[in-house]
Amino acid sequence: MSTTIVSRRRFDMPALLAWFVVTMVVVGLFMPIFKPDIGVMEVPKLAVCLVILAIAGVRYELGFMRNWIGDVALGLVTAVAAWLLIDTASDYAGEATIGFWALTAAAWAASWLFVERLAIWKSRSQAATRIINLVIPALFGITILVIWQLVVTGAGVPKVLLPAPSEIWVRLTGSVPILWADFQQTFLKAVLAGYFIGCGSAFLTAILVDRVPFLRRGLLPIGNLVSALPIIGVAPIMVMWFGFDWPSKAAVVIIMTFFPMLVNTVSGLAASDAMQRDLMRTYASSYWQTLFKLRLPMAMPFIFNALKINSTLALIGAIVAEFFGTPIVGMGFRISTEVGRMNVDMVWAEIAIAALAGSLFYGIVALLERAVTFWHPSMRR
Amino acid sequence: MTALASAKDTEMVVNKNSASPNRVIDIDNLSLTFETNDGPVHALSDIDLKIDEGDFVSFIGPSGCGKTTLLRVIADLERPTAGSITVNGVSPEEARLNRAYGYVFQAAALYPWRTIARNIALPLEIMGLGKDVQQHRIKKNMELVNLSGFEKKYPWQLSGGMQQRASIARALAVEPDLLLMDEPFGALDEIVRDHLNEQLLQLWAKTNKTVVFVTHSIPEAVFLSTKIVVLCPRPGRIYDIIDSDLPRDRNLDIRETPEFLKIAHRVRDGLRAGHSYED
Repeated sequence: MSTTIVSRRRFDMPALLAWFVVTMVVVGLFMPIFKPDIGVMEVPKLAVCLVILAIAGVRYELGFMRNWIGDVALGLVTAVAAWLLIDTASDYAGEATIGFWALTAAAWAASWLFVERLAIWKSRSQAATRIINLVIPALFGITILVIWQLVVTGAGVPKVLLPAPSEIWVRLTGSVPILWADFQQTFLKAVLAGYFIGCGSAFLTAILVDRVPFLRRGLLPIGNLVSALPIIGVAPIMVMWFGFDWPSKAAVVIIMTFFPMLVNTVSGLAASDAMQRDLMRTYASSYWQTLFKLRLPMAMPFIFNALKINSTLALIGAIVAEFFGTPIVGMGFRISTEVGRMNVDMVWAEIAIAALAGSLFYGIVALLERAVTFWHPSMRR
Repeated sequence: MTALASAKDTEMVVNKNSASPNRVIDIDNLSLTFETNDGPVHALSDIDLKIDEGDFVSFIGPSGCGKTTLLRVIADLERPTAGSITVNGVSPEEARLNRAYGYVFQAAALYPWRTIARNIALPLEIMGLGKDVQQHRIKKNMELVNLSGFEKKYPWQLSGGMQQRASIARALAVEPDLLLMDEPFGALDEIVRDHLNEQLLQLWAKTNKTVVFVTHSIPEAVFLSTKIVVLCPRPGRIYDIIDSDLPRDRNLDIRETPEFLKIAHRVRDGLRAGHSYED
C-alpha cells in the first residue's frame, strides 16, 4: 500500500528525509555544538537527542518497523528531540554553532518525515482521515513555533527584535487580566458592535438601493467615497465626535465594513438569472416573496464574502483607531504604549490574541457560510 | 385562505363563461416589436390563433421565429405592442395573477438550496396553500413524473432528465388547466425525450388540460399535438396551422404510420417554405 503511493512520485521523499536526518546527525556528532568549542558529548541531553534522532533515521532507512507503531515512535522521538533542543538552547543562549543547527535541521526533517508517514495513513479510514487532516496543520504550526524558539534562543536574537515564543507565552499567561480587559474593550465592544451595525445597516441599505434605482445612483458613489477615506484621517474625527471610549472605534469599524457589505449585497441581489425571475413572475409572486424565496438565497454567497472580508477589516480598524485616543485600555492602546516602553513581548502577546480572535471570528463566519450556502458549487461535497 | 381560493376559482369560471365557452387562448392580429439599439426587431407580426380547451398545440419553427416569444406573450412575460390577446377570457396579466397556467422553461430552473420536494412546494408556498395541501400535491405530482423517493435530494444531485421532470411536477403542482411548455425536453437525449413525451401524452389524456408546447423537433410536434402551428422568421409570423387527425390515444409506434408521416411531411414543407422566403 505505502510503496504504491510512494512510487508514484518522482523521488522517494521519506527516504530522502531519513538520509538527511542521518547526515545532520553525523555533522552534529563531529562539529562543535556551542561556543567556544563544546562537543555534543559534553552536553548529555543533546547526546541523547542525537542518539534518538540517529536511531529514528537509520530505523527508517533499514525499513524496520514500517508500520503504525514505528510511525508513532518516530513522532514521539521527534517531540522528545525537539524538547531536548529547546531545553538546552536556553542554557547556552546565543552560543549555538554549526552542530546545534545541524541537530535542529535533523529534528525538523524528522517531523517532516513524520508528516509524510501520516499522510500515507490517511486513506485507511474516514475517521483516520479526519483526525489526520487536523493533526497535520497543527504539527506544521508547532514546527514553526519550535524552529522560531530554537533560532531566537540559539542565535541570541535581541528580545526587542523578536522575542521567543516561550517569552511571549510567559507574558501572555502572566497578564491575563490586562489582556482580557483589552480584549473586552476592543473586540467584544468596538469590533462586534461596529461589525453588526456596519454589516446590518449596509444590508438594509442594499435592499433599499436595489428597490429604488434613484438611490443606487445617489448612494453608491457616496458609499464608495466614504470607503476611500483613509482610516488614519477618519479615526481622529470619530474620536472627536463620539468620545474616547469604544463608540468612536465602533464608528470607524462601521465606516470600514459598510461599503464592502453594500457593494456585495447589491451585486448579490442582482445575481438571480432571468429564468428564475420569470419563474417567480409566472407564480404571481410579490416583491417580498421573490426577495425572500429567490434573491436573498441567491445573494448569500456574495453576502458571506463581505462578512468574511469584514471580519478581519473590523479588527484592524478597531485596533488602529485606538492609536488616536482611547481610555487606558484596549488592544491598540496597549500595543502603542508597550512599544514605546520596549515591552515587545507584550506587543506580541496582543498580536497573538488579535490573531487568534480574528481567526476564530473568520472561522465562525466561514462555518456559517458553509451551512447556509451548502448548495453553491464551491461548497458542494 | 380556502375561501379566498374558491372565490378566485368561481371568478375564473365566470370569466370563462363570459367569453366563448371552450376558448382558452384567443389571439387577434397580435404584433410585438422589440426596440433595440440596431433599430426595431419585429419578433411577432399579425398573429391570429385560437386555442380551445383540451387542445395540445405545438409551436414549431426555426430559431428566431418568435415561437418562444409568442409563448411568453401568453404567459404575460412579454407585452405585445399591437393587437389583442385573451387567456381564459381575460388579459394575460390577469390570467397570470389568477395563476391560470403552469410554465415549464427550457432549463429546469430548480433552486439549488431547496430539495426536490421543497422546489415543488415553492409555487404552493407563494400561493399560500396549507401544509397538508402542499404535502398532498407534492406527493401526487412526484409520483406522476416518476420521481418518488427523490424528495430529499437536491437538484444538483439528479440527472438533467430528472431535474426537468421535477420542474414539470412543479408546474403541475399549481394544478393549472393550461400548461405552457417552452422546449422542455430540448436538452435531453432521444431516449429520455421519447419516454417523457409518452408520459406527457398520458398525463394530458388523463387530465384534459390544455397544453401549448414549443419545440423545434418535427417528430415531437407531430407525435404530441392535436394542432401544429408552423412559424417562420423575420418577421415572426404563422406560416401554417395543421390540425392533426391522429387519434388522441397514441403510442410511440404511431410514428411509423403513413398518417403520421404525412403530417410530418407537411410540417417539413412549411418549415422549408418559411426558410426559402427569407433568402
